[in-house]
Amino acid sequence: MNMEILVCVKRVPDTAENEIEVNSDGTDIERDDLVYSVNEWDNYAVEEAIQIVDKVGGSVTVVTVGDDESEEVLRREMAMGANNGLLLSDDAFNGSDGKGIATILKAAAEKGNYDLIMTGAQADAGAGQVGGMMAAMMDLPYASLVNKIEVIDDKKLKVGREIEGGNQEMNEIDMPCVLSIQTGINEPRYVGIRGIRKVASVEIPVQGASDLGVDAGAVGAAGADVKLVDYFVPELGEGAEMLEGSTEEIIGKLIEYLKAKGGLK
Amino acid sequence: MGQIFAYITYKGGVADDSALELVAAAKKIDAGASVTAVVAGSGADCDAVCNDVAASYSDVWKIDSDLMAYPNAEVIRKALVNILPGDSIVLVPHDTFGMDLSPGLSIKMDSAFVADVVDFEGIDGDNLKIVRQEYGGAVSTHITCNIASGAVINVRPGAFQPDESKSAGGSVVDKSGDAGDLTVGRKYLEIVEAEVGDVDITKSEVLVSIGRGIEDEDNIEVAQELADAMGADVSCSRPIVDSKWLEKSRQVGTSGQTVKPKVYMAMGISGSFQHLGGIKGNPFMVAVNKNPKAPIFQVADVGVVADILEFMPELTEKISEG
Repeated sequence: MNMEILVCVKRVPDTAENEIEVNSDGTDIERDDLVYSVNEWDNYAVEEAIQIVDKVGGSVTVVTVGDDESEEVLRREMAMGANNGLLLSDDAFNGSDGKGIATILKAAAEKGNYDLIMTGAQADAGAGQVGGMMAAMMDLPYASLVNKIEVIDDKKLKVGREIEGGNQEMNEIDMPCVLSIQTGINEPRYVGIRGIRKVASVEIPVQGASDLGVDAGAVGAAGADVKLVDYFVPELGEGAEMLEGSTEEIIGKLIEYLKAKGGLK
Repeated sequence: MGQIFAYITYKGGVADDSALELVAAAKKIDAGASVTAVVAGSGADCDAVCNDVAASYSDVWKIDSDLMAYPNAEVIRKALVNILPGDSIVLVPHDTFGMDLSPGLSIKMDSAFVADVVDFEGIDGDNLKIVRQEYGGAVSTHITCNIASGAVINVRPGAFQPDESKSAGGSVVDKSGDAGDLTVGRKYLEIVEAEVGDVDITKSEVLVSIGRGIEDEDNIEVAQELADAMGADVSCSRPIVDSKWLEKSRQVGTSGQTVKPKVYMAMGISGSFQHLGGIKGNPFMVAVNKNPKAPIFQVADVGVVADILEFMPELTEKISEG
């Protein structure tokens, strides 16, 4: 048995490494000096794909929509063990909403013969939309928030979905299908400098709208129903009373509060 | 603008809190709109929920099928596509069901999609003005969504105050006959309940809860020492469980445990809405975080800007001294 797996990934600002702030005119976040990495959820998806292929055979392709800089995340995931990379890049893709991105990725997915397509459950904008949209566009079964995958045979998977309260909803799903992957499904392997060097000179193909047969008017800003107006930081009531002073003063004040509120026994 | 629908999620014949929140959300889109509730499911539970939400919605559309005895989003999506008018504005709670259902629903209905909405700010022509958050709540955005050919909009649970007026006096219409073919490629099997851990944090009165700021598995004992000094238990946010540093049963949040302590110490936790969604009962919340802009400071009662790895041992020492 051989499984062909496509994993859709995104290059995003690393929220563990950066303080995300709004820029001076509110048009974007402050992007100077940001550290970027692969979207955390996508990294779990790639690890899962590699583990499946290690067990049953096949190959893993990682794909992204982005510019030249997005190539680095493809290379990183290839250093983890993905076999192929594919960069979808075109000026016409700029300003795409979620549906636009799904349209572009779907076109790339249909050029292959994939048994399983995976995305992260969400990325930097927190929408969690691209996988479900691709599945609907391709008329494939979909399951979101997947935290367990078991291959039953060449036509079926058993998948667990993480639902409220830490419970797990088990499903049987027909292949080909689309799954969005939740963090915690596995422990993504570490990628060292040597791994990156190994794939540093691998050619990564780049495809644009015409290569994919995507109507440029259906994607990008032109095709977007959903448009960003601005970024802002909301005024949310009073917020916390910030304790200031020397550490000793702060701790003294905090202990008073804890005593008053029943926090010390 | 198309008709507004609200998708009602429920469990055991009882509507979720979001059922009344979506009434308020719909009114924020259009104060004068008559909003139709959609209740899908099977049997007595489905009927009970229909009758219950009729107090809050002028119309209730019931979709009853044996195939919906468990809310499989793949099945329900097919029924909704057949039953709802194409230009509808469909409001869905942004929970694990709504995340499963809605992106695909918007494609099948050929309408726009917006996830995890926290507020609406009126309509300008064909454009609905919407507020969302990005980067785990670190920044907010205004966006516009063209609703001319309909929209599916997932609304964050808890973002709108529930509309308790219950004055709609609505009636239930059975739409089950229009559901059409419900064959899908995904079959629900069973629920595997979360494992019960050594400590039941849902019963704890005081929690020392740790997030990414703990940095390393070895540092968890620093939090445990503080908890011991306070007579508290240690809980955590999602990344700690993902890293397998603590059991899943210690995780606070919508995908973990719902806790109701008197005092909640958020140590190195940024404060995503998924995490905050697991904290009920309005505890006294203390937040300690290196980042003065962490969203947790907006909801905490008392905040300290500090590195928890330096702050916690000093606090432990002072408490132990009595």
